[in-house]
Amino acid sequence: MKLELSGGQILVQCLKDEGVEFVFGYPGGSVLHIYDAIFHQDEVKHILVRHEQAATHSADAYARATGKPGVVLVTSGPGATNAVTGIATAYMDSIPMIVLSGQVPSPVIGSDAFQEVDTVGITRPCVKHNFLVKDVTKLAETIKKAFYVATTGRPGPVLVDIPKDITDPNIKVPYHYPEKVSMRSYNPIVVGHKGQIKKAVDILLQAERPIIYSGGGVILGEAHQELIELTRLLGYPITQTLMGLGAYPAPDPLFLGMLGMHGTYEANMAMHESDVILAVGARFDDRVTGKLSKFCPYAKIIHIDVDPASISKTVKVDVPIVGEVKPVLEQMLEMIREASHQPNKPALVEWWKTINDWRSIDCLDYERDSNIIKPQYVVEQLYEVTGGNAFITSDVGQHQMYAAQYYHFNKPRRWINSGGLGTMGFGLPAAIGVKLAYPDSDVACITGEASIQMCIQELSTALQFNTPVKIINLNNRYMGMVRQWQEFSYQSRYSQSYMDTIPEFVKLAEAYGHVGMRIEKPEDVRGALEEAFAMKDRTVFLDFMTDRTENVYPMIEAGKAHNEMKLRVAPSTPFDSELS
Amino acid sequence: MRHIISILIENESGALSRVAGLFSARGYNIESLTVAPTEDSSLSRMTLVTSGNDEIIEQITKQLNKLIDVVKLIDLAESAYIERELMLVKIKTTHETREEVKRMVDIFRGKIIDVTPNSYVIEMTGQSNKLDAFVHGFDAESIIEVVRSGPTGISRGEKGLHL
Ligand SMILES: Cc1cc2nc3c(=O)[nH]c(=O)nc-3n(C[C@H](O)[C@H](O)[C@H](O)COP(=O)(O)OP(=O)(O)OC[C@H]3O[C@@H](n4cnc5c(N)ncnc54)[C@H](O)[C@@H]3O)c2cc1C
Ligand SMILES: Cc1ncc(C[n+]2csc(CCOP(=O)(O)OP(=O)(O)O)c2C)c(N)n1
Ligand SMILES: [Mg+2]
Repeated sequence: MKLELSGGQILVQCLKDEGVEFVFGYPGGSVLHIYDAIFHQDEVKHILVRHEQAATHSADAYARATGKPGVVLVTSGPGATNAVTGIATAYMDSIPMIVLSGQVPSPVIGSDAFQEVDTVGITRPCVKHNFLVKDVTKLAETIKKAFYVATTGRPGPVLVDIPKDITDPNIKVPYHYPEKVSMRSYNPIVVGHKGQIKKAVDILLQAERPIIYSGGGVILGEAHQELIELTRLLGYPITQTLMGLGAYPAPDPLFLGMLGMHGTYEANMAMHESDVILAVGARFDDRVTGKLSKFCPYAKIIHIDVDPASISKTVKVDVPIVGEVKPVLEQMLEMIREASHQPNKPALVEWWKTINDWRSIDCLDYERDSNIIKPQYVVEQLYEVTGGNAFITSDVGQHQMYAAQYYHFNKPRRWINSGGLGTMGFGLPAAIGVKLAYPDSDVACITGEASIQMCIQELSTALQFNTPVKIINLNNRYMGMVRQWQEFSYQSRYSQSYMDTIPEFVKLAEAYGHVGMRIEKPEDVRGALEEAFAMKDRTVFLDFMTDRTENVYPMIEAGKAHNEMKLRVAPSTPFDSELS
Repeated sequence: MRHIISILIENESGALSRVAGLFSARGYNIESLTVAPTEDSSLSRMTLVTSGNDEIIEQITKQLNKLIDVVKLIDLAESAYIERELMLVKIKTTHETREEVKRMVDIFRGKIIDVTPNSYVIEMTGQSNKLDAFVHGFDAESIIEVVRSGPTGISRGEKGLHL
């Protein structure tokens, strides 16, 4: 006889069958039947957050670090609306996530019932897809579809809204979890068009000033090995977006650093001057392109992306290739190996000479002998203390950019940040999600005194679930990123970018049962970090008093092009004529 | 340029709002939208009239295709097609104008489907510009009501939009 289960039990059983380790959630009326089913088992562990936004960020970061979808469970009404910021965060960065939301019982939907909101309607624009379950016999299949849609093609969050009557413990139906589902309306493309790939390879091999511009798609598509192989085989320079960092090892000489608004001088100049760009799993975001009409004026562009809608959305490309990065790069590698002609060596030598000139201005240099703690210095020291092997999560602001610039990521999935939505409050719950996935690895959250306060309550979750993460608070007593824009564009009118009262984070950490440290001098930075990481089983809040006036450089201001960067120090070499 | 996009979409609740929401969220222009179930009751067919330059139309079709519920679509304007719109018009009539109105209806191959001493309801199908021309043939005071379905369309030849 077939197993008969209630809706609540079906949900939990589906999660087990999917191999889900953790559900991040918060209970409430409409999900009580589900919570009762959770109570009766211990295979799927429930992580009780302190705010539903954090549930989504923790699950999202778990997914970013592991490649497996994150799972969230929230109640109807305020539970669901609190989750929206995190759902949108995952959506913008194409992160696979399953959100299970309770809904009022089917018969009262539409009657403004207690804690009723139109969750499917509210989330529609920020999910890959969503479902409202209308029949308990369809529940298992719907969950399977949700996982399938979230994790294939261009990944993204999928929400399943479940009215309370669907999980009624008194209504049991036969349970069957389908091994596979197919949907006639959803068939993501996997392999690329051979003819297009051939065309791309021809253009690539004829290039004189080539550059590889890779993004988050390489990490999402697990194609870092192929990317490394291709880059090294060609000997071409490579730059990565904020979301792509770690796919290609940063310490490698072919890597020019990040590109875009706060990218390096050499990466942006090389983009601007290039004649061929190979864009791999990157989406020509406005933080990357700068002024579109001045973007890469000399380049033929090849673009590999699984989502046809990413191609020629903002920048018209010459050779579109729709497909998953991994198989497409494999095909490319094969064709290049078999190609009759090889990269243009003399042209490449010239190109690298130019690039190395740009590099020589050392655009990320900063004042190293300051007697105030420089935020960059903290990140550099963190890199050394952790041997470059930590998982780094971040919030949003200047500290995020310093993390990206000075922690030289050499493996994929180690850099966990909100790029597309830029969600302050992401860092701490993200660190908790990562630490649960990798309890034996170092996990640090680089944050700012403004961002950390947006999900500070998660210090309580960190204690309950024993996730000893290190919080690196680059405390500049400003919303530094906002202050920087106000300095540059509003004649230093610092409107509301400063808070009069900032909590004593050491005491706050202690109040939550953790260790707090305040570091005021550069010479104490290294020791504090070492001490903190030596405390393997404690969450440590390191409150670094950093330079209040420090800015992130280089910077491409609004409406400017890649070759119009604002630098900390203007170069004195002959190529400075190219700067505005 | 004006484009007519025909869409086969899963006949699910919410499918229509996904399409409508896409257009408002991305700021695409939507001139008309018609939708009805097909002979296969699990599918609906939508006809959507929009306009924009080639890049915008390319993005619109890509974004529509990306909607999980969309099974298939074609941009009818890419090859030869036929388009028709249904219009119902209620017109004031007097003893003197009745004959004239009827003649107009005949010229435009419409039908009078309701008659009162003071009004006609006229049914007419055709391309949208023909319907425009008919309406413009009357002065504003004599028109009581105009209801238009928005265009639907089908491609010429043997090929069809189906699964
Ligand atoms: C304060 C702040 C400053 C920022 N400054 C910068 C900056 O200076 N430089 C910068 O680069 N970014 C910056 N960003 C981030 C920026 O907003 C974007 O999030 C980022 O540039 C997008 O990265 P991406 O192009 O790699 O795309 P992602 O958002 O990672 O998208 C991935 C792309 O790959 C595709 N894809 C996914 N999976 C696959 C697969 N398996 N195969 C093929 N394709 C796939 C997707 O369809 C998509 O097109 C900043 C963000 C903030 C908050
Ligand atoms: C939820 C949210 N609100 C507002 C912003 C706009 N914003 C971007 S950076 C920033 C300041 C962040 O300050 P802090 O966390 O102290 O970091 P710093 O820039 O000082 O390193 C603000 C307000 C945002 N990104 N997210
Ligand atoms: Mg700050």
